[in-house]
Amino acid sequence: MSNCCTSSGRCCPFSGGCPKALPDKTDGTILLVGNPNVGKSALFSRLTGVHAISSNYPGTTIGFTEGFFRRDESVWRIIDVPGAYTLDPTNEAEEVARRIVDEGADLVIIALDATALERNLYMALQVLETGATAVVALNMADEARHQGICVDVESLSRELGVPVVPTVAVTGSGISEMVEKLSEASKSTFSPMASDERWKTIGNIVAKCQTATCRRHTLRDRLEDISVHPLWGGLLGVFVVTGSFFVIRQIGEGIIGMILDPLYSGLVVPVLNSLSGMLGPGTFIHQIVIGSLIDGAIDPEQSFGLLSTGLYVPIVMVLPYVVAFYAVLSLLEDVGYLPRLAILFDALLHRLGLHGFAIIPNLLGLGCNVPGILATRVLESARERFIAATLISVAVPCAGLQAMIVGVLGPYGGGYVLAVYASMFVTWVVLGRLLHKLLPGYSPELVVEIPPYRAPSFRDLGLKLWFRVKGFLVEAIPLVLAGVLLVNLMYYVGAVDALSRFLEPVFTGFLGLPASAAGPIFLGLLRKDVAVGMLAPLGLSPEQLVVAMVVLSMTFPCIATFAVFWKELGFRKVLMSLGLMMLCALIAGKTVMVLMSLVG
Amino acid sequence: MQTSLHTLRNGQRARITALPPGMCGRRLEALGLRPGKTIEKVSGMPFSGPVTLVLDGRQIAIGHGAASRVNVDPVSVPES
Repeated sequence: MSNCCTSSGRCCPFSGGCPKALPDKTDGTILLVGNPNVGKSALFSRLTGVHAISSNYPGTTIGFTEGFFRRDESVWRIIDVPGAYTLDPTNEAEEVARRIVDEGADLVIIALDATALERNLYMALQVLETGATAVVALNMADEARHQGICVDVESLSRELGVPVVPTVAVTGSGISEMVEKLSEASKSTFSPMASDERWKTIGNIVAKCQTATCRRHTLRDRLEDISVHPLWGGLLGVFVVTGSFFVIRQIGEGIIGMILDPLYSGLVVPVLNSLSGMLGPGTFIHQIVIGSLIDGAIDPEQSFGLLSTGLYVPIVMVLPYVVAFYAVLSLLEDVGYLPRLAILFDALLHRLGLHGFAIIPNLLGLGCNVPGILATRVLESARERFIAATLISVAVPCAGLQAMIVGVLGPYGGGYVLAVYASMFVTWVVLGRLLHKLLPGYSPELVVEIPPYRAPSFRDLGLKLWFRVKGFLVEAIPLVLAGVLLVNLMYYVGAVDALSRFLEPVFTGFLGLPASAAGPIFLGLLRKDVAVGMLAPLGLSPEQLVVAMVVLSMTFPCIATFAVFWKELGFRKVLMSLGLMMLCALIAGKTVMVLMSLVG
Repeated sequence: MQTSLHTLRNGQRARITALPPGMCGRRLEALGLRPGKTIEKVSGMPFSGPVTLVLDGRQIAIGHGAASRVNVDPVSVPES
């Protein structure tokens, strides 16, 4: 006996009774399909409550996201199909989309961008031609109205032969109406047609259903034109990039200086001090947990205990910059600036065997190389992916590494920090150019739709930031703790000294560094930020620090980057890339050393 | 008079007459850029950078090489 029916009876809309309110539709699969950037991910998160990363850039939801959608007593599996312009695949995301659509589902929700109906209908018809049972969500209905585009929903529904519901996924308006319509989903009568015929059919539909009034040139249009102007767009790009770095630095420093450092010295240090007294300096357990005492006191950057350096470096020194970086990047992403940046960088990247799109993985790499290398999936060819992944591993410093470079080298003067960045940038350009010249094959051209600028949703921004920061905490903290423990033990058993003696010819003879720098550089394999921290107590001159940091940044990827590189591109390519990294590290390190001695 | 996309002046309107063959052309077509459509060029970046155009109120950027292989027929606008 079911107790589902309450006195209101609201859960039993059908006479069939409960608990199966929608008897033949329980546990079905719904596909959510549409062009890139039509608000599909936002629609998905409205339906499932599980948040897929939804951004304003075509191609970010490659792979696919699944969720569950409950309505009354039925549970549906819902798949967010990667955005595609056509089911005759022209890239990897469209291939994935094609495969998922071919597998079939009980129901398909086709998301259309009401502001670009004609182009959106192309894939919509392709889907309807497969005989899918469908409902159309006419999304961005509000924006279309603003632009003077009026779509007659009734007649569009008649023409397509399936229900059409206007929605605004970012605000949630129209979503419940769409859910209501799911039970009226139907098959269309379109049969498969050739592309010319399909465009003709679309032309007829648009002529019947859409009226566009001539609209004024708005401020936003002007801003969009300026953004791709050779001069003004270039200046805007310089302003946005330098402004972003400035803001990231301010936020990062602010969080460290005003919140985390005072909290650490006020709350954590007293606890560590009394713990140190209890364990007794010099004992093995003290060495592991608290680390060595520097001048008789705990130094959070140099003691190398699990609870001292192991927590201080990731949480106090690195986390604030990671938060700041992802906040700024997510904002640029959701506003829709990143595709414009791709246009500005296309001419340069084209000469490195990539195209403008590749700026996105490289930018992500500035946060953490792992998502950067994952994002190389948006590039079409294996050649481009190898070049991009190698450039990221060699010459794109992650936020943790940058935070430590600025933290350790900053006190000696901004010029030294700049020298490290300049060396990496030059290496990035030179290596890319060489790979482009030497690797066989060619790289495809940039072809990208530029979405209009949009006001970001702060709910989505907050959630996206939270997921990215959570990803960092889960990934990084265990590795930092393991790194700190390993470094500590290696010093304890004398392994670092042995390694230093072994690598001494390279370091002292070739790079002008003390042999003791070999240990940190080798351990950069585990975590770069921890390794830079280890350089601090060695008493290097600022010039030597610059050389050591350049070498450390380029030699190996950290262990997490290495694993992702391997998984994405295969073992042979990782080996090739590793060879290039060591070569770059030695050449760049030597060049920087010579240049610094000439200048200094 | 036939010419290719990248030679248009900024702000000039033109009708597409032919797309490059192969994947590149299919990609452009999927974005709605196909023979018969009228576009307006917005800008071209220096150093063989991409060309940006407006198609049905939406901006599309195309790499220089691909843009040079899109044939267009400029639409003469009467002097106002």
